[in-house]
Amino acid sequence: MPKVNEKVSDRINGLKGRLGGVDLRQNAIFIALLALVGFFALTSPNGCSITPDNWSNLVVQNGYILVLAIGMVMVIIAGHIDLSVGSVACFIGAASGILAVRPLEQTGWDWVPKFSWWAAIIGAVVIGAIVGMWQGFWVAYVGIPAFIVTLAGMLLFRGLALITLQNTNIGPYPDSFRLIGNGFVDKENSLGHALGMKDYNATALVITAVGVLALLLQSFATRRGRIKYNQVVEPRVWFLVKNILLAAMIAYVGVQLSQANGIPWTLVLLVALVIIYTTVMKRTTFGRHIYAIGGNLHAAVLSGINVRRVNFWLFVNMGALSALSGILIVARMNSAVPKAGDGFELEAISSVFIGGASVQGGVGTVTGSMVGGMIQGILGNGMNLNSIGIDFQMTTKGLVLLLAVAFDVWSKKRTK
Amino acid sequence: MTEHILEMKNITMTFPGVKALSDVSLEVSRGEIHAICGENGAGKSTLMKVLSGVYPHGTYEGEILFENRTVGFQNIRESERLGIVIIHQELALSPHLSIAENIFLNNEITKNGFVNWNKTNQEAQKLMAKVGLSEDPNTLVKNIGVGKQQLVEIAKALSKKVKLLILDEPTAALNDADSEHLLELLRQFKHQGMTSIIISHKLNEIAAIADKTTIIRDGLVIETLDMHNDSVNQERIIKGMVGREMNNRYPSRESQIGEELFRVEEWTVHHPDDSTRVVVDSVSFNVKAGEIVGLAGIMGAGRTELARSIFGHSWGIGISGRTFIKGKEFQLKTIRQAIDAGIAYSTEDRKRYGLNLIDDIKRNISMASLKNFVKLGLVNANEEYRIANEYRTSMNIKAPSPNSIVGKLSGGNQQKVVLSQWINVNPDLLILDEPTRGIDVGAKYEIYTIIQELASQGKAILMISSELSELIGICDRIYAISEGRLTGEVEKSDFSPELLMKYMTMTRDEMTKEDTNA
Repeated sequence: MPKVNEKVSDRINGLKGRLGGVDLRQNAIFIALLALVGFFALTSPNGCSITPDNWSNLVVQNGYILVLAIGMVMVIIAGHIDLSVGSVACFIGAASGILAVRPLEQTGWDWVPKFSWWAAIIGAVVIGAIVGMWQGFWVAYVGIPAFIVTLAGMLLFRGLALITLQNTNIGPYPDSFRLIGNGFVDKENSLGHALGMKDYNATALVITAVGVLALLLQSFATRRGRIKYNQVVEPRVWFLVKNILLAAMIAYVGVQLSQANGIPWTLVLLVALVIIYTTVMKRTTFGRHIYAIGGNLHAAVLSGINVRRVNFWLFVNMGALSALSGILIVARMNSAVPKAGDGFELEAISSVFIGGASVQGGVGTVTGSMVGGMIQGILGNGMNLNSIGIDFQMTTKGLVLLLAVAFDVWSKKRTK
Repeated sequence: MTEHILEMKNITMTFPGVKALSDVSLEVSRGEIHAICGENGAGKSTLMKVLSGVYPHGTYEGEILFENRTVGFQNIRESERLGIVIIHQELALSPHLSIAENIFLNNEITKNGFVNWNKTNQEAQKLMAKVGLSEDPNTLVKNIGVGKQQLVEIAKALSKKVKLLILDEPTAALNDADSEHLLELLRQFKHQGMTSIIISHKLNEIAAIADKTTIIRDGLVIETLDMHNDSVNQERIIKGMVGREMNNRYPSRESQIGEELFRVEEWTVHHPDDSTRVVVDSVSFNVKAGEIVGLAGIMGAGRTELARSIFGHSWGIGISGRTFIKGKEFQLKTIRQAIDAGIAYSTEDRKRYGLNLIDDIKRNISMASLKNFVKLGLVNANEEYRIANEYRTSMNIKAPSPNSIVGKLSGGNQQKVVLSQWINVNPDLLILDEPTRGIDVGAKYEIYTIIQELASQGKAILMISSELSELIGICDRIYAISEGRLTGEVEKSDFSPELLMKYMTMTRDEMTKEDTNA
């Protein structure tokens, strides 16, 4: 090929690469999320969907689904599914009650010593990991499809939850235990009082500021690193607009929360999990192996990846996160009940798919799933505020899931 | 007198960033066999997809005239209605349905809304007779060989009243007898007045059957050759395809062979589905540093099975035998152990077993060597990018960046990604299973150069191939395998296709006879 042509095609490719740096799909769900917030801000009575208290509610109400969605997206990227997470959350919630609360005599658990709140939480997560080992064993080492193993697990662990609860509810939970699902960082605003700020929770503002700063620094560092290695990066304008928008949104939510009770501990936990798991998925061999297995199992095997081990630990991880979710539920409800977590597996799975994961595996992100989960959460919350019944809520959520995936399929076809 | 059944005028097809076809014109006369040749990625399949409506009218520029009428198909159904039928390389048959059901799939013979099975089978039988397929029409397609499946596809095309039959690599998966039958069939159809377009890499077949050959390179029509002209031969076609004389299809090289690097003794492997079936039977061989050793055998001789069982027992059960690396015995029971011991295996089927097609070049290249990129528990993605970019340049992988998705590359470029992946684990022994399968002549030459370069770095290469000429072209030594046993070892000075073919086709009885003679 003559040189001139090469130059032209290089430039075309360069341009394509630059546009390729903008991930349309991820941005689309983000815009959908913003549109939804805007829509409910306009339609809810007195704009109550964007009051500080409602922002606070949104986080706390959806925390347990989002925690499940983190584990679920990993399972789905690897090409599996987990239908048991709702039941496991219920079971572990009950088990944490037995550890943290003195159970009634008629449950037969009164021989278990009462643990301090933190030991109960750790204990519950360990039990969750053991549940995960059980499922991981059948999936990874016996080779039964995860759909079957976790369908069985859905019944099995709901059953174990009922056995554990013995027709009673366990509760109330110790106050320290409840903080994780229901508490706020520096709720009394002691920092604010010291500084003379009464209307705003000062601690929340400080945390928000630090968070925004850290996010911006991280984005710039990543961009600089890529440029140093002569990689194609997003156009500068787009990069700046995106990051400023994102920072403004976080700042907005932070300020809103500071006008309510401050930052919920659930949010702290969630942000920590999102950072940890995004790193795991993007930057550790474990995460990269998950993508490889989901993308092409045979190629992963022949590359020397220990697929069984990865699958096993995936389910252990899912079990531990289900346990965390269960803890959040009981901490918020202040009691472990037999119906807890019912249907949560489906909400977690929807979050993951709305968030851009592929049914075939190999594709998906933690942050995408969080946005997917928030879209569902805001839909439910907004419709509640507009006094729309559960009937129409379910109908709408079903359509949203379908349309989100349809959009995905359609946009993929377009790029082909 | 020549009436054109098909004229494609100035077809231009642009994908984002790539011009797949630019200003392509093609004229096909009624009743001829028209071959289309070109390297992989040259635009042959794209052109046929434009013709058959896979890419609907409006996505391309230019005009298509079929039987002197301008046509613009929105989908395949519309082109089939006019009698243009395309048979793809990957057969589109439903394995659990019968031959008759497949022939009339989506074209069922019905009466009052119900399928008329008697008529269906009767008509199927007629069509099967036309293509020389003598089977019960009720036989399930999965129970007949791939050669017969190809005939079912053609019968299916006939059932659609085909006027222009397009075959994409029809003989790629067929053995010689089946290929010959297929070509004969095409000749018959020609005499009955049917027009065919055939896309093929097998130049000898094209030379034998085609009336005209159109050569496409880089999305452009280079020339249309009249095959009845005496001066047109295979070399002439190759010249058009690659744009240079390929007198030397294999790069030359001075071998520098060192010490023995890898040795297998008494290697025996059983079939995973049937533990009594011996697939590899006490095979012993060795490969020296800097040496390219060929493993020749027909399909099913146990070549891939031998390679994969050595590569961390990744195929087979009941594996026995010993493996030595640089004279020291090694246990290679898992793939990880094999890789860590310095062995790499690149698969014969890169799409199924070699690549994560939905991921990008850099992550495919690092797939088997990811731990080398880890610092403090985290993968350094920038370093990954840098290394991948080095391979992109040195291996001449045609892609805009290391972030390009592998599934969108052509076969030759995908193969280079697979090779990069394995070179990056820095192995001592590379087992290359059909490294040039399904890739075009130019890319093959590049792959040979890479292989020789690796050997000159002192790596040992074991190369499995179905193409004898290729093994003879680049190997230092060739082992022949037949029915799971090594039947011969040939030094470079004794290379000849005849001798190798004799060893490759040796039956078990002949082997025992030779053993007793010796």
